[in-house]
This record gives sequence, structure tokens and C-alpha cells, in this order.
Amino acid sequence: MASVLSKAATAEPARTRRTPRRAGLRLRRFNVPAGVAGWLWLAVIIIPIYYVVITSLKTQAGYFGQNPLAVPASPTLENYKMVLAADFARYFVNSALITVGTVVPSLAFSFMASFAIVRGSGRFLKSVNALFLMGLAIPLQAVIIPIYLMIIKMHLYDSLLAIILPSIAFAIPLSVLIMANFIRDVPNELFESMRLDGCSEWQTLWRLALPLAKPAIVTVAIYNGLGVWNGFLLPLILTQSPELRVLPLALWTFQGEYSVNIPAVLASVVLTTLPILVLYIVGRRQLLSGLTAGFSK
Amino acid sequence: MAAVATAPPARRGATKAGRTPQAGPSPQAGKGKNGALAWLVIPALVFFVGFAVLPLIGVLVLSFTNWDGIGAISPAGLANWFSIFSDPLMYNALWLTFVIMVVSWLVQTPISLLLGTFTAGSQKYRAVLAVLYFLPLLLSSAAIAIAYKALLDPNFGLAEGLRLPFLAQDWLGLPELALGVVIFVIAWQFVPFHTLIYQGGVRQIPKSLYEAAEIDGAGRVKQFFFITVPQLKYTIITSSTLMVVGSLTYFDLVFVLTGGGPGNSTRILALDMYLKGFKANLMGPASAVAVILVAIGLALALLLQRIGGKDNSGSQLEGL
Repeated sequence: MASVLSKAATAEPARTRRTPRRAGLRLRRFNVPAGVAGWLWLAVIIIPIYYVVITSLKTQAGYFGQNPLAVPASPTLENYKMVLAADFARYFVNSALITVGTVVPSLAFSFMASFAIVRGSGRFLKSVNALFLMGLAIPLQAVIIPIYLMIIKMHLYDSLLAIILPSIAFAIPLSVLIMANFIRDVPNELFESMRLDGCSEWQTLWRLALPLAKPAIVTVAIYNGLGVWNGFLLPLILTQSPELRVLPLALWTFQGEYSVNIPAVLASVVLTTLPILVLYIVGRRQLLSGLTAGFSK
Repeated sequence: MAAVATAPPARRGATKAGRTPQAGPSPQAGKGKNGALAWLVIPALVFFVGFAVLPLIGVLVLSFTNWDGIGAISPAGLANWFSIFSDPLMYNALWLTFVIMVVSWLVQTPISLLLGTFTAGSQKYRAVLAVLYFLPLLLSSAAIAIAYKALLDPNFGLAEGLRLPFLAQDWLGLPELALGVVIFVIAWQFVPFHTLIYQGGVRQIPKSLYEAAEIDGAGRVKQFFFITVPQLKYTIITSSTLMVVGSLTYFDLVFVLTGGGPGNSTRILALDMYLKGFKANLMGPASAVAVILVAIGLALALLLQRIGGKDNSGSQLEGL
């Protein structure tokens, strides 16, 4: 059946006219235009990635001498050694720190808030929910100047905490939205039986809602984690010391310093992507559902 | 907290279908319970107000002040607003942001819709292709921008590799080309995300609709336009909202890829704000640009929500 949901069929309306009306289920046969377009799009996606990977394995001479898309004649890992020597291990640790430092508290806070919003009532909780929903539309860039001012006033400028605090705040609205929707789908009878067992709301939160909401929590953790891991603006504005660089910022400064050594620059791109690639290989489904944060459902 | 446990339960009517957390508790369900629950939102509320709501007010206030980013802040009245509204760079940035928003939507929506439909198919090869299609999602904007800078090099990049002379342009050096490159790279980065959204949407369309259409003799094209597209109405709205509002925030990519150049040909609004504030040390005018950015973002979000009806805040995770 799925073959009918063809992609490129739209690109060739003539196709239907050629198909006899009585054909019916024969439409199941291979959808050629969709296949062709599908492989073409693959080329669009893969060629840049292929180019980055093979170039990162080339020597400078190979880069200047060989066809850019040819496999390196004498593959080398020198570029990777050079990138690692440029302190990328430290940047990796910094990125990991801000990611964990953001994701864990934002998950805890958002989970408690969404539980309260779903279970409670009253004007206060309603307006908090409305406030979070409005927060979805605030672009981080638009408020970066006051954040910069606040961070200076708090004497946190040029620290990892400076990146973490606003990141937590900006992770909250979407996290609350997703988790609240999830908790809302928990049958009321379960909450009821917890109450009959004499559990407080606090106990219900930990013993019932938390285990049930695990899929939503994983989704939100991945979405927020990737956002922070790949984030560029906050580190750019709120830090300046080389030893506090996170990976995306390190990539940018590295390509500024080594603009003549393209293979090394591209090695840094590959190296910084590897951790996420490993995640993709290990838990592709969860990563992808986390990436869309449930928008695809 | 123990007192809460003895409080009568809140009877919640529309638990499942509920879109808003209203659903009245019985009158005596009492303040005790809500009071205890209210405490649970405090940490999230403090962070959100502190680092999102206050800065939002702050940026408006700062737009009426002079500040160089280091020294003292002094009131400036309407001077910053007069200056940015007579600043051709701001109009240029506004126009570029608008162009990128519209063209990106026109480019990305059909491609994502078709790819989403394609990858939702059950054939093995499509599943394999899909795994590769989603690879750009793993890369940061900075990584993508750096990769494309190398790839677009006329001598050592794609043009030379494919031996296609017409690709050997000074892509990032000519104003007319640079904007096109930015739009292309944005599409390369974000089409996979929207493909994923559409794939999920297509998979939720009941198969029986297609079976019925097939019995009626509708071909692939007709099925796509008369079943798939109408059934995806809400998915299209969700995807478009994220795309359009998201287009205000392409800062990272453009910053690393072109830095706004050549000249000011890719100096979008967010970049204009950054350059005014953190490069020229004019935080006042930069804040005024930021206020415009917020206003556009909120207006677009509201507009698209109006078009989309009540759908968006609904339970998107049903059946997860």
C-alpha cells in the first residue's frame, strides 16, 4: 500500500493518465519516479558528508593535489591528532558539563511543574501554564542582551554556569508542554487509587507519574540535550576564555585559526559529531522521536 | 504535605481529552491541594521568569537607553528608535529576513512533505534511505556552515570534484549568490527535521482511506493530493509554524557561514542585532532591533495559531 504514497509521482502527472482505471491494486508495483527522486535526494545529503569525511583523512598535499571527491591516496589520522592536540578533549568535557547541567535540572523542574499544572486547578496554575505557552514564542536571540547584562551583574560572566542558567529557562516551556500532555493521558483511576492508598500528591508524583512519563522524559531530555550540545549563541556571548569553549564554539575558532588547513578543520567537524553519531547508531528511534519532541505524533 | 493526602480528590472530568488544565475539582477539594501543587511549579517559574520573562521586559527597557556593553547605562529616550528606523541596514535586514523566511518555506515544505510521504512507505530501501536522510540532524549549525565553506570552494570543493565548471562560482563572495547559498544550506539542515514530522503525520493516516480510493480508481497522484495532503492539514500547520518562527533564529548558521557578508547581503535581523550590540557596542539600538524580532515572532506565532485553529496545543503525544 505504501508504494502509493509516492513521492515523485507528483513530478510526473502523466503517470496516472497512463495507468488504466481498472488497474486497481496493480498500483502496488514499484514507484519508479519516487525511487529516482529518493536516490537523488540521498546524493544531496550524502555528498557533503562524504566530502567532509574523506577530506579529513587527507594530507595537505592530498587536499591540493587530488580530485576533491576521490578517496585519499594515503589516508592519515594526523589531522585528528592535531585537533585533539588543540584541546578538544577539554571542549568535549565542557560541552558535556553544560548539557548535563542543563538537562537534569530542567527535566526535574519541568516535570514537577507539568504535574502540578495537570493535577491542580485554580487561577495561579492556569496563568503559569499560559505564561509557559507564551514562552514558546520567545526567541533566545531576542533577549540575549539583557541576559548578558544580568550575567555580568551576577558576576557569572565567562563561566559555564552562565550558559547553563539561561539554557534551563529556555528548555522549560516546551518540556512542560510535552510532559503535561503526557501526564494528562494517564487514566484518572490510577491517580484515584494512589489517593485511596493514602499517598500525598508528592508521593503520587514520584511513584506514579514519574515511571509512567518515562517516554516523554526521554523525548524531552534528548531534544533539550541536543539543543544545548549544539548551541552556539550563549557560549559565544557569555564566555571568552579559551579553556571554557564548548564544541561548536571551538569549531568556529579552530576554523578561524587554521583556515589554511582545511583537512584539519574538517577533522574537527567529524570529531565533534562522533558522539551524536554513536547515539544515532545505538538508539536511532529514540533519538529521532526526541528530535521532533513529539511534533510528529 | 501529609495534610494534602487527606484532602478530597479533585474530580477531573476531561482528563483524557483535556487541552487546558481546568477541569474543576469539587468545591471542597480545597486550597490545601492546590497550595501544595503550586509549590511544585515554583522552581520552573523562577527560572523562566528570571531568564526569559524579565529579559523580555529588559530588552524593551534597554531599547530606551544608551549602553556600550561595559560602562554605565543611561536613558536615551526615543533616540535609539529614531536611529534604527532611519537606518538602511535595519530595513535591509528586515527584508532579508522576510525573503529567507518566505523562500525557505516555499523550498522546504514541498520537499519535506514529499520526503515524509516517501519515507513513511513500508519498502525496505526507503527505510534504509531514511536512516541516511536524517544524518544532517546530528550536526551543529557551526559544523554544517564550516563543512559548506569547504565544499563551496571553487578550486578544492564540489565543483572540482564533479568537474562541473558552472559550480565553480565564488559562492560566498558574490552578494547575489551568497543569499541563495544561505537558503540552500538552511534547507539542507532543516528539511530532515520536517521530513521527520511529516513522516509521523503520514503514518497516522488510516490505511482504509487509501484502500477506498484505490477501489475508486484513484492513482498515486490523486491519492497524494486528495488524501495525503488534506489529512496532513494539522501537520502542515505545525511544521510551517516551526519553520516560519524558526527562520527568525538562523543566526548560528549565517554567522559562521557568511558573517553577514559579502557586504551586508546576508545580514539578517538577528545578525544585525548581534553586530550592532556586540561588535559596534551599541546595545541600545541593538535592543530596539531585538524588540522588533520579538514582535515579529509573537505576531507570526499568533497568526499561524489562528489559521491552525485550536489544534496546536493539543495532545500531540497521543499514542506515543
